[in-house]
Amino acid sequence: MSERLIFTYDIDGGDFTRAGEASSSVKNKLKMLGVNSEVIRRVAIAMYEGEINMVIHADGGRITVTVSDNDIVMVLADKGPGIPDIEKAMQEGYSTARPEVRSLGFGAGMGLPNMKRYTDEMQIDTVVGEGTVITMKVAF
Amino acid sequence: MKLQTIMNLPDCCVLSEGSPDREITRVFCCDLLSIAMSRAPSGSVWVTVMGNKNTVAVASLTDTACIVLAEGVSMDADSLEKASEEGIAVLSTELPVFDMALRIYQAGIA
Ligand SMILES: Nc1ncnc2c1ncn2[C@@H]1O[C@H](COP(=O)(O)OP(=O)(O)OP(=O)(O)O)[C@@H](O)[C@H]1O
Ligand SMILES: [Mg+2]
Repeated sequence: MSERLIFTYDIDGGDFTRAGEASSSVKNKLKMLGVNSEVIRRVAIAMYEGEINMVIHADGGRITVTVSDNDIVMVLADKGPGIPDIEKAMQEGYSTARPEVRSLGFGAGMGLPNMKRYTDEMQIDTVVGEGTVITMKVAF
Repeated sequence: MKLQTIMNLPDCCVLSEGSPDREITRVFCCDLLSIAMSRAPSGSVWVTVMGNKNTVAVASLTDTACIVLAEGVSMDADSLEKASEEGIAVLSTELPVFDMALRIYQAGIA
């Protein structure tokens, strides 16, 4: 690959059952591009957690994935409630997930820690009442 | 041990075939998806009571060989189709999570 590839996904807020489709699509695209399978796993896990968070905490948003020669950058932008205390949200086990979301298996409070663990760089820009932009980079 | 051995266990019903020739590495039990996401070993059999599309997504991303739905939990047709597209086996059993995991372990996982 010598040029950058950009994939964009609009994530629907209400639909838990479709949540994960964007990550799944990126995973398949990276497979076709011949990206190393460990890199694909890391990108797919981080993006899935971010995608689910957008659906259950922020009523959807938009994900842009840029594949370059040496890295993959994911930008997840939503117009949800924002994150009042990032440090707290990053703690393993901290979750504000609603009961109906927990009944589907979400709410362990492990999503953001997973995103951090599986990426090389992660930045959270959030304004309460306006939304959140999470930028993650996996280098290879 | 091959996945086929587990598919042949008496208390199981096969909902999606997956890849019966696949070599099984471990048994894994968890119902919280983001813990499973970071901990499920590749090539494992995952015993859970969560039977929705997100279970399949997590299995696919972690390269889980087989989902076993315990306690008589079922899975909708859409999710089963997705599992089958991804080559993931789905079984169901009336047994509780622990009992089922123990049987899989006793069937030959080191
Ligand atoms: N995009 C977002 N907008 C607003 N709040 C968010 C967003 N992402 C995460 N949060 C907040 O951060 C908390 C922790 O997120 P994290 O993904 O770690 O756990 P969870 O989504 O609650 O559960 P899990 O991911 O384990 O299923 C959430 O409960 C929520 O309060
Ligand atoms: Mg989460």
